Amino acid sequence: MSARDEIFATIRRSLRVGAFEGPRRDAVAARLARAPAGIIPRRGQGEAVERLATFKFEAERVQATVAEVDAAADVPAEIARYLRDNNLPATLRFGDDKRLTDMPWAPSALEIARGPSEGDDLNAVSAAFAAVAETGTLALVSGPDNPTTLNFLPDNHFVVVFAADVVADVESVFARLKAAYGAGALPRTVNFITGPSRSADIEQTLLLGAHGPRRLHIVVVKS
Amino acid sequence: MSESPAAKAQLRVGLFVTCLVDLFRPTVGFAAVKLLEDAGCKVVVPKQTCCGQPAFNSGDRADAQAIARRTIDAFAGCDYVVAPSGSCAGMLAKHYPDLFADEPDMAIKAAAFSAKCCELTSFLVDKLGVTSVVARFSGVAAYHDSCSGLRELGVHDQPRKLLASVEGLSLVELDEADVCCGFGGTFAVKYGELSDAIVARKSDKIVATGADTLLAGDLGCLMNMAGKLQRQGRAVKARHVAEVLAGMTDEPAIGEPAEDDAR
Amino acid sequence: MTVAITTPRFKDNVHDALNDQRLQGALPHARNFIGRRAEAAARLPEFDALRDSARAIKDHTLAHLDLYLETYERKVVEAGGHVHYARDSDEAVAIILDICKARDAKVVTKGKSMVSEEIGLNAALEREGINAVETDLGEYVIQLRGEAPSHIIAPAIHVTRDDIEADFRRAHRDLAPDRDLSQPEQLLSEARAILRDRFLSADVGVTGANFLVAETGTSIIVTNEGNGDLTQTLPKVHVVLASLEKITPTLNDVAQILRVLGRSATGQDMSVYTTLSTGPRRAGDPDGPEEYHVVLLDNGRSATLGGPFADMLRCIRCGACMNHCPVYHAVGGHAYGWVYPGPMGAVLTPLLIGVAEGGHLPNASTFCGRCEAVCPMRIPLPNLMRAWREREFERRLTPPLARAALRLWAFFAKRPALYRLAVEPATRALGLIGRRRGRFVWLPFASGWTRGRDLAAPQGATFQSRWRAKSGAVR
Repeated sequence: MSARDEIFATIRRSLRVGAFEGPRRDAVAARLARAPAGIIPRRGQGEAVERLATFKFEAERVQATVAEVDAAADVPAEIARYLRDNNLPATLRFGDDKRLTDMPWAPSALEIARGPSEGDDLNAVSAAFAAVAETGTLALVSGPDNPTTLNFLPDNHFVVVFAADVVADVESVFARLKAAYGAGALPRTVNFITGPSRSADIEQTLLLGAHGPRRLHIVVVKS
Repeated sequence: MSESPAAKAQLRVGLFVTCLVDLFRPTVGFAAVKLLEDAGCKVVVPKQTCCGQPAFNSGDRADAQAIARRTIDAFAGCDYVVAPSGSCAGMLAKHYPDLFADEPDMAIKAAAFSAKCCELTSFLVDKLGVTSVVARFSGVAAYHDSCSGLRELGVHDQPRKLLASVEGLSLVELDEADVCCGFGGTFAVKYGELSDAIVARKSDKIVATGADTLLAGDLGCLMNMAGKLQRQGRAVKARHVAEVLAGMTDEPAIGEPAEDDAR
Repeated sequence: MTVAITTPRFKDNVHDALNDQRLQGALPHARNFIGRRAEAAARLPEFDALRDSARAIKDHTLAHLDLYLETYERKVVEAGGHVHYARDSDEAVAIILDICKARDAKVVTKGKSMVSEEIGLNAALEREGINAVETDLGEYVIQLRGEAPSHIIAPAIHVTRDDIEADFRRAHRDLAPDRDLSQPEQLLSEARAILRDRFLSADVGVTGANFLVAETGTSIIVTNEGNGDLTQTLPKVHVVLASLEKITPTLNDVAQILRVLGRSATGQDMSVYTTLSTGPRRAGDPDGPEEYHVVLLDNGRSATLGGPFADMLRCIRCGACMNHCPVYHAVGGHAYGWVYPGPMGAVLTPLLIGVAEGGHLPNASTFCGRCEAVCPMRIPLPNLMRAWREREFERRLTPPLARAALRLWAFFAKRPALYRLAVEPATRALGLIGRRRGRFVWLPFASGWTRGRDLAAPQGATFQSRWRAKSGAVR
C-alpha cells in the first residue's frame, strides 16, 4: 500500500466514512463551487472615497507612506520627489506593466532599469493588481508585468495603486483574481503586502527592513 | 431585579461548603451562611464531602462520577446550591453534565442540578439582587480573581460591588489580578517548584499594591498566596471575601496564629 | 528521527529554567503579546464572531478531509506542481532529500517551519552534506546557537541582544572584528546582508505553509520579514512542507481564518507578507521556481480525526495560548522538551510522541483557562489536557503515590459517614498541632508545597461538625 493509500484509508477509517459516499462528495463539490464568503468586517466597506481614506489610514498605521496624485502621468515626479527628499539615489527598476511603461519617465531624470531584480537594486516600482482598504494591503501578482523579485530584493519599494482598484476587503480581491485568471486558477505568486518588512526577533524591538524592503511608498492615482 | 423579603425567604439554599473550607477554615462557611440568611434565604447544609474535582482533574473519571452522584442526591430538595468558591461552583455548574455525557438519564439529572449551582458573590448579586452589605473592615485590600470563578462563571464585578459597600475598606487594583496564582489543586504539590515560581510573581504583585489585606473568593488560592507571603515574611494578611462581607473578621487571618491578630 | 526529546525530565527542565538568570531576564518579552492581542481584538468588533466562523470552517474541513485533500492534490498537479505523501517524519525527510539530490543541491534556504522541526529536517540535510540555512531572523539566531525554537512564532524570544551580538561575532568571521554591533539595527543589517547572499545562492527553498487551499491548489505563508518569499522565489526548486490539517477549502475560507491569525499571534491585523503560491513559474514569468513540490506529512494527524483529540487539529499555530500561559511565562519553551511548547504543546506532544514520553505536559497545568479564552479556533485546551490525564490514569501511568493518595481521598469522599469519621479527628489534631504558629512550614507528603510556602493550619473542628453542634441536627 502506498503512503498515499494508507493515509487516505486512515482518514476514512477515523471519520468512519467510505470512499464513494455520494452525499459527502456532493456537499464538498457544492461548497467549493459556492465558496461562501463568511463574516466581512464593516471596517473596509463604504463608497470609493471612504475606502480610499480607510486604506490610507491603515497603510500608514503599519509604517507605509501614502501619496495621492491626480493622474498616472504624475507618478514619476512623485517617485523622484520621494527619492530626493530621502537622500536616495535616482535609480528605479520596473517590469513590463503597460500602466507603468506608459508613464512619462524622461522628465524625472531617473536612471531606469527593466526586468526582474538580481539583488543589486535599491529602488523598484510595481503596479498593484488591487489594494485592500480594510487592512491597508496591496495585492501584487507575478509575471513579466511586475516581477515578484521587485517586491522583495530592493531596499525601497514603490507601489502604484489606481483608486478604482482599492476594494473593501480581501474577498473582493479574490473575486477579481477569479475574473482575471478563471475559477480555481491563480498565477504562480500573489503577494498581499501590508507595510514594509519587519522583525521583532531582537528582544522584541520592532525593526524595519528585515529581508524585504525597508521602505514602502504607495502612490495612489486618483483618476 | 428584586424579590420581596417574603418571597426570598422561600428560597431553600443548600450550602456547598467545599472541603477546604470545611476542613481548614469553617469561618468562611459561617460567613456564607450569614450572608445568605441576611439576604432572606433559608440555608441548609446537607451531609457532604467533596465536589469531586481532585479526582476529575487527575483523570479519575469513575471516582469523580461516584462523588458527583452522591453530591447531586445530597442536595436534592434545594432551590439553589451555593459555594464560597469559584472552583467548586465551576465543577458543579459546568463539569457535572460532562461527567455523565455517556449516560443520558444521569446527564439530564446532572444538568438540572448544575443549573441551580452558583458561586456565593454572584448568587447574592446576580440572583438575589443584593447591592450592598452591612459590614465594617478598616484596611486597604487587593482582590485576586480566581481563575475558575472568572473564566468559567464570570465572577468579577460582583465581589467588587459588594466590597465597595464595606465601611472603612478601600480596594486597590491588583496588577495581573486575572492571572493564575499557581495553585491548580494537586498541581501545587505535584509541580511544586513551578507552582512556587508562579505564586512568587503573584506575591510581588500583591505587595506592590501597598495593600495590607489580600481578598479572593477561593480558599485554595488564598492558602497558596498566603503561604508564599508568609514564607517571604511579608505583612499582607489574607482573608476570604465572604468573611469581610459578613463582618466576621475576628478570627485570625489565613495561616495566622491567634496572638498576632491585632484587629 | 526528530529533535532530542527531554519531556520526560520536565521537572528538571523546570528547575534549570527557573535558575537560568539570562532566560528569566528574557522571558518577560512573551508578555508583550498579551496587550497587543487585546488591542487588535478590541479594534475589530467582528473578532469574536470570526473565531466562531473560523472554528466552523475547520470542523467542516476535518470532517471531509479526504475529499478536500483529493481536490487539493488535483489542483496542484493541474498547476504543474508535484504532491508527495509522507506517513511519518522519516518518509518526509527521505522525500525532501531525494528532491535535493535530484538537483544536486548544496544550499537549501528555509522559511520558518515548525513541521520541519518536528521531522528533524536540518540535521538530516546536514548529514547528507547539504547546507541548510534558516533565514527567519529568529530561526537564524537559534541555528547559530544550535538550539531549538522556544516559541512557535518568536523562536528566539529566550535570547538577549547581548547573546545575539556574541553569536554573530563568533559566526561571521569574515567581518571586521571592531565593527559596532551595539544596536539592534546593526545586528539586523548584518543578518540581512549575510542572508541575502544565501538567498541568492540557494538551490532549493523549503517553506512551511499556513494554509493549503483546495480550491486552487495554493500554499500560503504568513510572514513579516520577507525571508519566506525570498526562499520560495529565488531558488530553482520550491518545496512546501506541511501537515495534513493545513488543508482549507477555499480562498474565502482562508480570509476568515487570516483575520484571527495575525491578531491572535502578534496583534497585527495582517502580517506584512501573506503570499499565495500556486505551482511553478509560468511560461513568460521572469522569476520564480522551475519546480514546485508539496510534501504532505501525516505523522499521527489522520489517526486523530474523529477521535477525542480531533479538536486539536483546528490549531493554526498562532501562539496565543503560550503567550497567556503562566507556566510558559515561568519557564519558557525549551522546558517543554520537544518542538511544541505551551498549552498547544501540552496537548499535541503526547499525540505525536506518545503519552508515556509526553505525559508531564498535560499534567503541568493549573487549568486556569486563559489559553482556551484566547484561542482563535476555540480549542478546549484544558479539557483536552484532562483527557490525557484520564488516559494516563487508566493506563496507570500516574505516579503510584499520587494515585494511591487520590484513590484514598475518593474512597472517603464517596462515603460521607466514613469521611466524617476519618476526617474530623484528623482535622482537629492538625489544628491543635498548628495552633501556636497558625501554619506549618513542613508537612509529610506536602514538601512540594512547603519547600517554598507555609501551609495554613486548620482552625480546629470542621465546619460540618460545628454546624451539627449548632443546629443540633443530623441531616
